[in-house]
This record gives sequence, C-alpha cells and structure tokens, in this order.
Amino acid sequence: MSTVTLTVNGKPVTAEVEDRTLLVQLLRDHLGLTGTHVGCDTSQCGACIVHIDGRAVKSCTTLVGQANGANVTTIEGISKGDELHPMQAAFRDNHGLQCGYCTPGMIMSAIDIVNRHGGELDEETVRQELEGNICRCTGYHNIVKSVLDAASRMKVAQAAE
Amino acid sequence: MYSTTYHRPSTVEEAVALFAKGSDAKYLAGGHTLLPVMKQRLTAPSDVIDIARIPALIGIEASADTLTIKAATTYVDIVNSADVKRTIPAIAHLTSVVGDPAVRARGTIGGSVATNDPSADYPAAVLALNATIKTNKRSIAAEDFFKGLFATALDENEIITAISFPIPAKAGYSKMRNPASRFALTGVFVVQTKSGEIRVAATGASQNGVMRVPAIEAALKANWSASALDGVKISDEGLMADIHGSSDYRANLIKVMAQRAVTAAG
Repeated sequence: MSTVTLTVNGKPVTAEVEDRTLLVQLLRDHLGLTGTHVGCDTSQCGACIVHIDGRAVKSCTTLVGQANGANVTTIEGISKGDELHPMQAAFRDNHGLQCGYCTPGMIMSAIDIVNRHGGELDEETVRQELEGNICRCTGYHNIVKSVLDAASRMKVAQAAE
Repeated sequence: MYSTTYHRPSTVEEAVALFAKGSDAKYLAGGHTLLPVMKQRLTAPSDVIDIARIPALIGIEASADTLTIKAATTYVDIVNSADVKRTIPAIAHLTSVVGDPAVRARGTIGGSVATNDPSADYPAAVLALNATIKTNKRSIAAEDFFKGLFATALDENEIITAISFPIPAKAGYSKMRNPASRFALTGVFVVQTKSGEIRVAATGASQNGVMRVPAIEAALKANWSASALDGVKISDEGLMADIHGSSDYRANLIKVMAQRAVTAAG
C-alpha cells in the first residue's frame, strides 16, 4: 500500500491504495468519478482517456503511482458549473454520440487535439488524431463535425479572453 | 494484475539499486507494453521501477554529425522537436505514426528499443541509421543490440540512457500500419549515409524481429531511386505469417515500403 497525493479536477486528493491500482480504478472506484469509462481495458479504445498535466492519456494503462503529484482532469472537471465546456456543447448540438459510452474519452481526446492544433483543424487531421478513440455507433461522422465545431467555438472563446 | 511495489527513483543509480533489491524487478517507462502484459497476468514483477521521470534520461541534443535522444524522451516530444525535424526528419515522421496520440504522450524511445517488439518502429530506425545505444554501463552498436524477438544485448538490470543517431545524407521511413493495433505490418527505413553507404532495415516482417535487407541495399547502392527496386524480389523465407498477412505478402510489402521510403527521403 502507498499513499498518493494528486490533484483531480482542481481538488487535492490523498488516497491509500495498493501499488497495482490503475488510475482509472482510483477515479471510478475510490473517488466515484464514473464518467471515465473502461472500454477495452487493453489501451486501444480510448474510453478511459483523461488529462494528466494537460496531456491526454489512457487511465487504464497508468498506475496511480505514475500520476502521484500530477494534475488530473476528467470529464467531470471540464464544465464551468452548469455551463458545458464548448466541446461538450458541440457534441450535444451536432449529435456527436449515440450510446455515449465512448463520449467521455472522445471529448477528453478532442480537447487535447484542439489544444495542440489551435483552431487550425481540418477534417482529415481530426480523423487521424481520433484514431486512438473507438466508437461503434456513430460511424464517426458527427463526432468529427462536433470537434470541428468546438474548435471554432474554442478559438472564438480564446479570442474573447 | 498481481500485487507489486511501485518505485519512482530520481536518478539512474537509485533505479539500479532498487532493481538489485527486488526479487523480480522490472523497469517501467511509458508502460504501454509492460502494464497490459501485467494486467493479463503474463508477468508479475515484484517491483516496478518507474524510470520515465528521471531528469538525466530526458532531452534531445543535436550536433553537426549526431542526433542524441535520451531514453525517456516521449514520442510526442520527439515529434515536436525542432532538432529532430531539422537533422533527421524521417525519425519525426516515424514517431508521428507510432500508436495513437495518447500512446505517444506516454511512450518513450528507450522503452521501445529495450522491448524490441518485432513490429515496433524504432528498431528499424536504430538499425538502418547504425545508431549507438548508450546504457548506464556501456555503448552498444545497433548491429550488436537486437537479438531476435523481444531480446536485446541488455543485461537484466541495464538501463538505456540515450540513443545516438549519426545524421545521414538522406533517410526515409514508410510503413503499412495494422489498422487495429497501428503496429507495423511491415515498415522499412532507408538510409544513405554521408559517406554514401546504403543501409535498409525492415520491421514487422521477419520472425526474428528487425533485420537488414541486403537485396534492397544493393539495388539502391547502384541507383538511389524507387524505380530501381521494381525488379527486386524479396524471399519470404523466415518472414512472419499470421491472420494479418502471409509471409509472401510481407515480402512484397518490404519492397513497396522501401520504394515509398526512398521517395519520402528524396
């Protein structure tokens, strides 16, 4: 057992966990943050993606110890109170989901994509960048539309700041 | 996953001492090979020693003749490195097609080379560019480093600290990606050194892991162009055959990927 201290969605968290605990287990089972999903559990599907120190990573393939001291953001941590994050709003407006299981990972990946590319995103880039996120319902078309829509919203929001 | 003890040392010396103390310790870098295997209970290290955050193992340096990438540098930092893009852009390209963005945020060049997965990308670059693998104990030439499937010249507790690539005159990489795993169904790295030597390495093809391809080297030595390979026939002897492709298919892919790599190298 080890004591780990990290920041999750802006709040300090200290937990006593077995060293073999995965970050996704800490989030879901210990902290009750069940928005982060486990899809394949083999690092392929991206449903478990969260941000560690600003980078999108697979929380099913990260030991809690690796995140010790880090700043973790999950799907629960991106809205401002009742105001959805522009990426969440774009997914809703463009019907970028069907069953919704992959959506938290999609959104966390998509925010990372926009952060890395700025507003300069085209459809091909979005499709390439989303290859680590698997969706079995939508055929991806509306997901790509959502990300492109959110990229322009985030650019506008950034320009306004 | 079986029970284990996690350590995060801050120096290479501390990591080696922790490794020696564990009954069956393993080093962890990006963890995208080790952790899935641990989750499947195919391996159960007593101690996991995380070397990914050791400052001495992170960074990229370029001189006139050599590009040195320290072992725990992540793929994303290699892709974004101005030094890499300027000196050996083929390495930046190779890195940009490893896995997916979340994998590239965690994976490290040293982890990939130490694992020597037969379908990994970096071994092809290391062998074709005749790189030197630097460890906490010694320097190992690429020719002496790769020893077959998942096997290398590394001692059990030896840590790769950096990989030094001689800067070539030209280099290119092309791979046919397995669309599900994104590993190389076959990838070929072609190099023309500053002294005019031609070196070509293929990954994902041989049953023994990364290999040189003499037939392609000879053809490119005579004429550095994609069309020079039109008549080359690669034998399928010793090549992998699985649900993703026959050995014959891979033999043909070696030629086609080499042609694309030469075109990319210019």
